[in-house]
Amino acid sequence: MATEILMPALSPTMEEGTLAKWLKKEGDEVKAGDIIAEIETDKATMEFEAVDEGILGKILVTEGTEGVKVNAPIAVLIEEGESADDIQASASAGSDEADSDADDKGGHPEDTGQTTTRAESTPAAPKSEPAAAKADRSPDWPEDTKMKTMTMREALREAMEEEMDRDETVFLMGEEVGEYQGAYKISQGLLDKFGPRRVVDTPISEMGFTGIGTGAALAGLRPIVEFMTFNFAMQALDQIINSAAKTLYMSGGQMGCPIVFRGPNGAAARVAAQHSQDYTAWYAAIPGLKVVMPFTAADAKGLLKSAIRDPNPVIFLENEILYGRSFEVPDMDDFTIPFGKARVARSGSDVTIVSFGIGMTHALDAAEKLAEEGIEAEVIDLRTLRPIDYATVIESVQKTNRCVTVEEGFPVGSIGNHLSAYIMENAFDWLDAPVINCTGKDVPMPYAANLEKHALITVPEIVEAVKKVTYK
Amino acid sequence: MVRKPAASKSAPSNTSKDELLKYYRDMLLIRRFEEKAGQLYGMGQIGGFCHLYIGQEAVVTGLEACAKEGDKRITSYRDHGHMLACGMDPRGVMAELTGREGGYSKGKGGSMHMFSREKHFYGGHGIVAAQVPLGAGLAFADKYLGNDNVTFTYFGDGAANQGQVYETYNMAELWDLPVVFVIENNQYAMGTSVKRSTKSNSLFGRGEAFGIPGEQVDGMDVLAVKAAGEKAVAHCRAGKGPYILEIMTYRYRGHSMSDPAKYRTREEVQKMRDERDAIEHVRELLLQGKHATEDELKSVDKEIKEIVNDAAEFAKDSPEPALEELWTDIYAEDLPQGSAQEHA
Repeated sequence: MATEILMPALSPTMEEGTLAKWLKKEGDEVKAGDIIAEIETDKATMEFEAVDEGILGKILVTEGTEGVKVNAPIAVLIEEGESADDIQASASAGSDEADSDADDKGGHPEDTGQTTTRAESTPAAPKSEPAAAKADRSPDWPEDTKMKTMTMREALREAMEEEMDRDETVFLMGEEVGEYQGAYKISQGLLDKFGPRRVVDTPISEMGFTGIGTGAALAGLRPIVEFMTFNFAMQALDQIINSAAKTLYMSGGQMGCPIVFRGPNGAAARVAAQHSQDYTAWYAAIPGLKVVMPFTAADAKGLLKSAIRDPNPVIFLENEILYGRSFEVPDMDDFTIPFGKARVARSGSDVTIVSFGIGMTHALDAAEKLAEEGIEAEVIDLRTLRPIDYATVIESVQKTNRCVTVEEGFPVGSIGNHLSAYIMENAFDWLDAPVINCTGKDVPMPYAANLEKHALITVPEIVEAVKKVTYK
Repeated sequence: MVRKPAASKSAPSNTSKDELLKYYRDMLLIRRFEEKAGQLYGMGQIGGFCHLYIGQEAVVTGLEACAKEGDKRITSYRDHGHMLACGMDPRGVMAELTGREGGYSKGKGGSMHMFSREKHFYGGHGIVAAQVPLGAGLAFADKYLGNDNVTFTYFGDGAANQGQVYETYNMAELWDLPVVFVIENNQYAMGTSVKRSTKSNSLFGRGEAFGIPGEQVDGMDVLAVKAAGEKAVAHCRAGKGPYILEIMTYRYRGHSMSDPAKYRTREEVQKMRDERDAIEHVRELLLQGKHATEDELKSVDKEIKEIVNDAAEFAKDSPEPALEELWTDIYAEDLPQGSAQEHA
């Protein structure tokens, strides 16, 4: 049975090539693995190996021929006893679908065209948050709930403790989380309560322990990986993005990765460029991740509990400056806050200020100042950046017709940039002024106290931006 | 064709006929499958990167013979052999290579990213050495859950120069994780030979700095691989922590399909093929030991050819994934299948 040898594709991008040289001649015996020809691709000269045994019956493309298309027949392989004269006949007979030798079938170009290509228009993303969606303004907890005062630090610790009590597969790992009681004391007391099996001190090996945590999550545990700060997570970015965020998709839905990466993010105080960066926009750019950045202790607790229960990788961005700050937290046995539900921290009708995390302190301060001047700002705390509660933002902008975004991160490719684009696409007709993004400055964080202050977002800048969009 | 069976360290006498036949079948399946994959690549049916395992078949075949139900495995992008060896369906693997709905990842992973929860195969990873800490993490989960499962974490001589491997060695030994680190030393990291990338005398020896025992193994001899694998697995199951196997092997094909292979001579490759081929080795053991006749082996060959042809046909006939699949599997809604909570 004669088999056509086809011009092979020898690189991901090759469409045609030059048949540089035949290393076998007609009548030569060919074994699988023998080099039969040299083929020049756009990148290199490649040796072309035979995949079948037989005798090189006829060369169809002579050496030196350029522009030979991939899959064009270049030679015919015959079996012992067959004559090269039979080639014409058998080559055409080979296209007969009744041919019983399945191995030969692969050799025929008509078989390669069998792919049923689907309609080419890209389906739209299944939107869970179209502009038309109604914002969820339900209270986060029942109105008559008793409240208690606690710091952000205590709230985070309580969330972990409650979830570790609830679910045996939840464990905490990271640098100094155990015996040291946490570099920022978030995990204080957890080692004593849960023991070293569930509160795991790691060596200083971010990439390594992030990968180990991710592997444990793929196997079904629910790790909380603490980064001493998110600046150090840069050493582990590949594991967070390529391993944790993408594996569910790459496995066709088989391998979920229920893991929380948490720790302080953004500028602290006077620690300069390498320790002061807000990574929110980076992580929020990655499909497969969820991204959370709480401002209040109540949100921190409710959102961290949701994060630990979430079957996906969650980036949980805290802020060192907020750790010691006290807030009212509902005194309940178990409460969670869902992702993708923003909080309206202050109602107003003149302008919408959208922020999250520590940006909220500046946004709220600015709103107070503006109120003194008779400008009522509505301040929205996004709480989660993936998913984003677009509906709440859009509804507010439709009411105020103006929007200023506030965040600590760098200006290029910021969350504010993204929101501006979204508002422009979905509420353009409601806007009375361009959206202004207030961000950190486009500079590495300086050390000097005065420079640092100006590198960060400031309240006067927000006030000025609001006055600009309200034409005051 | 001249071979040197004398190079084999293991005596065939204590290996049963059934076992030898199984190795022969399993290795032949990988080789024929990979040859077919190469062929389909040449025809444009398989796209992107495609790293063939031809020549290295004895490594996974020998180690899978040491595994029990529940043991896990994870590897790099040269992963087709591992999937076939742990019992994944050739149809599903080939259909993933062609990017079709019938593939293990519904066509969304491709050659380098395939998984099977059912067979405890955790990929298929495209970033060199990223699977090493992940593999230790799988072992961490088993230790945490208190079972005696072992994870086979495969990586190449190239990956052995990545920093995260040593972070992982350190933690794996520190925490006594039941992980067998399998260095598949095929002697070339893409085009860079081991000699050109390190002055270390051995790769397994680097484990010594962390207190991890290990050894070098003849990877062209499936019986030697199995013997070493049993030792490593016993070490891990006994709770003594990780073990390193540096398995000396050889890939006959290029690093990927587009590798012009100018970094080694044709003669070097041909010599390995002629003298050290792992499948030829088992074939001779079967024939010399009168465990099988030429005709019997021919019928095995035929059977394998049929499996591979069937896989290729399936992979060509399976439809492309529905365009809606673009938007699925980005986020899990519920607990992942087979999660530890279900066992707990």
